[in-house]
Amino acid sequence: MLRFIARRTALGVFTLWVISVLSFVIIQLPPGDFATSYLARVSANGGAAAGQSAAQIRADYGLDQPLYMQYLKWMNQVLHGNLGMSLQLQRPVADVLSERMLLTAIVALAALVFTWVVAIPIGVYCAVRRYSIGDYALTFLGFLGLAIPNFLLALALMYVAFSWFGWSVGGLYSQQYQTAPWSLAKLLDLSQHLIIPSLILGAAGTAQLMRIMRANLLDELGKPYVVTARAKGLRERQLIRKYPVRVAMNPMASYISILSSQLISGSIIVSVVLSLPTVGPTLLAALQAQDMFLAGAIILLVGALTVVGTLISDLLLMWLDPRIRHAG
Amino acid sequence: MPDNQVELDATATATVQPPTDAVAEPAIVPAVPPLAEEAGSDDRISVASQRRLIWWRFKRHKLAMAGAVVLVLFYLVAIGADFFAYADPNLSDSSHLLVPPQGIALHVHPLTVTRDPISLEAHYAPDTSKSIAVHFFAHGYRYKLFGLFSTDIHLIGTSGAPAGKSLFVLGSDAYGRDVFSRLIIATRTSLFIGLAGVVISVALGMLLGGLSGYYGGWVDTVIQRVIEIIRSLPTIPLWMGLAAAMPRDWSVLRSYFAITIIISLIAWTELARVVRGRFLQVRDEDFILAAELVGARPRRLIFKHMMPLFTSHIIAATTLAIPLMIVAETSLSFLGLGLRDPAVSWGVMLQQAQNIQSVALSPWLLIPVIPVVLAILAFNFVGDGLRDAADPYES
Repeated sequence: MLRFIARRTALGVFTLWVISVLSFVIIQLPPGDFATSYLARVSANGGAAAGQSAAQIRADYGLDQPLYMQYLKWMNQVLHGNLGMSLQLQRPVADVLSERMLLTAIVALAALVFTWVVAIPIGVYCAVRRYSIGDYALTFLGFLGLAIPNFLLALALMYVAFSWFGWSVGGLYSQQYQTAPWSLAKLLDLSQHLIIPSLILGAAGTAQLMRIMRANLLDELGKPYVVTARAKGLRERQLIRKYPVRVAMNPMASYISILSSQLISGSIIVSVVLSLPTVGPTLLAALQAQDMFLAGAIILLVGALTVVGTLISDLLLMWLDPRIRHAG
Repeated sequence: MPDNQVELDATATATVQPPTDAVAEPAIVPAVPPLAEEAGSDDRISVASQRRLIWWRFKRHKLAMAGAVVLVLFYLVAIGADFFAYADPNLSDSSHLLVPPQGIALHVHPLTVTRDPISLEAHYAPDTSKSIAVHFFAHGYRYKLFGLFSTDIHLIGTSGAPAGKSLFVLGSDAYGRDVFSRLIIATRTSLFIGLAGVVISVALGMLLGGLSGYYGGWVDTVIQRVIEIIRSLPTIPLWMGLAAAMPRDWSVLRSYFAITIIISLIAWTELARVVRGRFLQVRDEDFILAAELVGARPRRLIFKHMMPLFTSHIIAATTLAIPLMIVAETSLSFLGLGLRDPAVSWGVMLQQAQNIQSVALSPWLLIPVIPVVLAILAFNFVGDGLRDAADPYES
């Protein structure tokens, strides 16, 4: 068991390192560097570059050093909790991101919970009432959910909500709570606004999980222990809930980790469409403005979130399923 | 979806009469019932080629057949895109911005614009005193059919006024470009970028998955770890970063190529997994050992003895990977990080539908959502059907 945790953690740390290198590469990829883009920005705004030359800026930021030194410096900063300055906003990256990062995690978590809460009962229903009209309808819905990319679903839902019901979907808070301090009312408001994003974000995952749950349960339903329980006179509802569902749920747990990484990464693009105050829109704006320090930091943080999410779900899985514990 | 399969079988046996002539050409037997239950067809099954068996099995999967038909239509449109479009996709007409869809009729009336004095919103009213005839095989802009024959014949067009300035079957966009023609040209871009991306993914996936499965040992361990890491990377932010890093002054062709590479970096892991699994499965078979003992080299072993066993699986996995590519391209272009004007793809078209205001006022800008969803569904159904059909001997 300890070996399993150690192995997973090591893999997580290694993945994080790979992500850090990749984010650094992405920061470095665009032609020109911070100095040239900064000077271009200043002169585009009509300001003289206050006696700064490109060479001077490069020296200030260590951009004249070899790449690996720059990487080590950046890593050193990051590990000390300093994510650098955003070029575009002229504010520390950490300030820009702190609340948005939290909301990103909350949105992903809400979608995960939604996926499970919806997918499992539907999967059970479809397996128990196999080939019923309900099964077909839900299976078809599931297919649609899988096929429609979530940002298009967001667009379509936004249109339907607006043109049919006059709702303006988007954002995570109502107007009056936008800048209000945290309170119970704000929390309630937030949870209401979370419903549609988690529905959109969770659609594909729900469809997937539902199919798996259905297939797993179908495998279990024919097994002798189910027949035995039924022969003993256990009521059907209780029987299903007590035995086969529990067995069928175990393999599903292994999907949490892959699902959580999909959700965190998927929330970026859905947030852009629904203008949720997560890191998604910030990342897009940073990329468009070539604010690569901000973008690199976001990619790194989202990567870290993904890795931590995967790690947590792996540990959860181990706690749920003794077979993995022993194999580990 | 094996359970769905079972259901299809059940309906097939219930409705279809057993074929009267057992030796009839399989192509004319309507909806072949389950192979094993087919009356008097035992010898047919035992002499049929692998390809034929797969085709029989695939045909029973009705959704997959429907998907295949849709895909064929899609690719026909894509190949003859310039013929089906009637207006130059990049011809903008500032006097016809955001014209609502006109639908298709025998003639159209020229539009007169009135502007709301307060909101400056344009209202288009048809001028019924004049009319422009719409007919088939009309002359329009010049293009090269299949890149070979220079012509200006289009499936539909107008006479009297240029089609790009008078006919708006599906409306026009914010720059006065014809949505229908753009949609057709976009279909070509989006469908072929999916194919191009999948070629790269398949090459990578087969190479690495093959190495991993064939050699095993530390090669396998390393490749599996790499795959594990790639799968846990947050893909969307990474693509966004990579795509944004692409210089803006690159030509359409160059950025097209770069985007293809970026999106193909995602799908190869799944393909590698499938290929590896198949290799592991086949490697211990007796006939492989026999071939090895006779002295077959790895190259011959892989390409002559192992590959033919799982090409169908690879084709199925490939079909399932294409929609991923299409979605990736659409998402990136939608965000403005993928293809850009003057390239036209579904994602590029959807860029204009990014905010609720434009969607609410001109919902026809959302039309590209339909082909995206249709294409993805079709690819998924065909892929599922192929996956089920890949093992024709399985019950």
